[in-house]
Amino acid sequence: MTTVAVKTATTKPATMAQALNRAMRDAMAEDPAVHVMGEDVGALGGVFRITDGLAKEFGEDRCTDTPLAEAGILGAAVGMAMYGLRPVVEMQFDAFAYPAFEQLISHVAKMRNRTRGAMPLPITIRVPYGGGIGGVEHHCDSSEAYYVATPGLTVVTPATVEDAYGLLRASIASDDPVIFLEPKRLYWSKSDWSPEAPAAVPGIGKALVRRTGTSATLITYGPSLPVCMEAAEAARQEGWDLEVVDLRSLVPFDEETVVASVRRTGRAVVVHESGGFGGPGAEIAARVTERCFHHLEAPVLRVTGFDIPYPPPMLEKHHLPGVDRILDTVARLQWEN
Amino acid sequence: MTVQELPGAGASHRSTPPPAWRPRTDAAPLLPDPEPYRVLGTPAADRLDPELMRRCYAELVRGRRYNAQATALTRQGRLAVYPSTVGQEACEIAAAMVLEEQDWLFPSYRDTLAAVARGLDPVQALTLLRGDWHTGYDPREHRIAPLSTPLATQLPHAVGLAHAARLRGDDVVALAMVGDGGTSEGDFHEAMNFAAVWQAPVVFLVQNNGFAISVPLAKQTAAPTLAHKAVGYGMPGRLVDGNDIAAMHEVLSEAVRRARSGGGPTMIEAVTYRIEAHTNADDATRYRGDAEVEAWKAHDPIELLERELTARGLLDEAGIKAAKDAAETMAAELRDAMNAEPVLDPMDLFENVYAEQTGRLREQAAMLRAELDAAEQEEGDGS
Ligand SMILES: Cc1ncc(C[n+]2csc(CCOP(=O)(O)OP(=O)(O)O)c2C)c(N)n1
Repeated sequence: MTTVAVKTATTKPATMAQALNRAMRDAMAEDPAVHVMGEDVGALGGVFRITDGLAKEFGEDRCTDTPLAEAGILGAAVGMAMYGLRPVVEMQFDAFAYPAFEQLISHVAKMRNRTRGAMPLPITIRVPYGGGIGGVEHHCDSSEAYYVATPGLTVVTPATVEDAYGLLRASIASDDPVIFLEPKRLYWSKSDWSPEAPAAVPGIGKALVRRTGTSATLITYGPSLPVCMEAAEAARQEGWDLEVVDLRSLVPFDEETVVASVRRTGRAVVVHESGGFGGPGAEIAARVTERCFHHLEAPVLRVTGFDIPYPPPMLEKHHLPGVDRILDTVARLQWEN
Repeated sequence: MTVQELPGAGASHRSTPPPAWRPRTDAAPLLPDPEPYRVLGTPAADRLDPELMRRCYAELVRGRRYNAQATALTRQGRLAVYPSTVGQEACEIAAAMVLEEQDWLFPSYRDTLAAVARGLDPVQALTLLRGDWHTGYDPREHRIAPLSTPLATQLPHAVGLAHAARLRGDDVVALAMVGDGGTSEGDFHEAMNFAAVWQAPVVFLVQNNGFAISVPLAKQTAAPTLAHKAVGYGMPGRLVDGNDIAAMHEVLSEAVRRARSGGGPTMIEAVTYRIEAHTNADDATRYRGDAEVEAWKAHDPIELLERELTARGLLDEAGIKAAKDAAETMAAELRDAMNAEPVLDPMDLFENVYAEQTGRLREQAAMLRAELDAAEQEEGDGS
């Protein structure tokens, strides 16, 4: 390719919300088996407008307002997938997916295994998750630990506009059920991504080094990626050159990229919003310790949300991992017995 | 106290609700009959189709024998568990008989017999209960969903599948089975509601066999009948004698026809009885008396049909013997097949969790492989 960049009208910054919407539109246009369903996804376009215009473009049979019943939505999606459709289910908010957990764990996650591969379920379950938007209780849970603990589920979460499009396309194309966690506070984050010519991104199961560095690795995903990038910038003044790894996919977990990074830097901090006890960071820290023990200059540390029910909005800033807490933790990596 | 007598509810404050508040459907045609619908032993039996009834008879006898054989296999330790359907054979068999080849059956954990009656190889049907795998067959090949252990969870699947088929323009009906206890689950409600709102071609068959393990129907619901529940969703509820295979066949056929012709879902409550214990692990004497069981034994589905058919000269000794002989042959074949040890490969544990094995699973598979090899080595050394 030449280096001449042709600027078109599409250079207007695009949001993650638009990228997600575009991903569904393109998937629906390409494959008539793709059906979007959930509460308020039709005329309203979803409470976050992620499904905006889909019902109008593809009809109510392809983008369906369902009755208000999460187990019913996911259970019906199971039957639809059994018949060869590829349902894309919207769970309105993280905590409202819980009524569907029985369907999720007993059927969605296990159908391929139960039927010895005869009946895979290509269902994408979109879950807006996480805090930082001033939502009241039951609107800000980081529920990824429940999902990653369930064999049979693929769990991905984009942190960039590009990934929102690319990972959602990959999820819809996957023959396995995918929990697609949408960091709702990044819905309105922008980039130069072009909805007209979406660039290809690495698929599910690949982590990406978003910033190279030499002093320590921050391992993170979803809503905490921008926080970690900011922390890495700020750390420069303290003399720390931080590498930042964006997991993108929690299951499968790209151990190789993470291990390679930590072996380079010798230090690691895992950062996520969900609680620390039994959270994904515990698993990652254990794994990194097993594989990088002789390269580590300090124990693997974690910066996570507290082990508390999600706090009321006026207190959430104390709960969520922020730049200062990350920097304080990085400082503790200067390990002296 | 009536509503009118409540403070502040005086007639002067009343106004007619706006149109949106008027009932959307006339409830009367949806309501079940007060008594379970019966054919055998009633004048309605005059119109029985002799050929169909003789087939029903043979299937019932085979079904009873299947139940006996599966229970015996449990006692021999060949099956981990078997939830018997003795007494409920008419429901199980009629459910399978009314479906066309392209239709789908969504059985609950108790409905192995329905799957077998639909034509599934009994050994494949018993894989789950033997314990060598979860589902012993390809659901798409037989159009039988995996037997569902979590109660009522298969009902929304039936709705989704039927809905998908209709969207594709395919002539497919889904028949979903659930017990009386299962009707208390949220998934039952959600499935009924989705089916009615979507007008999905689904038939819900509730087998009210009196108990959910030990809990009697009276402690399960305060509804007049389970069939009444249908009305609240806007679909017809039908109450039928579940031991009367002619009535079952008729009511189920009508519901399937309705679904097939775009008329939407129907819910059927079959009133029947579980003659044997919940499973071999259950002690039924703790929650019910012999008199009740004996009374139901006198209302046996096979005897009901046999009496009707012999009285009408549609079945003779030779016919009865032929049915019994065929059932014996089936039982002998089943015994032989089940007495063969299944060949299991522990490495299968890591298959079909994902389309592509994750690194983690590959690692764990290697660990098990090494353990198996070491064990084999040891065995070799020891001999
Ligand atoms: C969700 C769920 N809860 C509990 C159980 C345990 N369980 C298995 S069978 C059963 C009773 C079911 O009764 P009913 O629905 O009437 O069906 P029946 O056994 O009479 O066929 C119970 C409680 C289960 N399988 N699934």
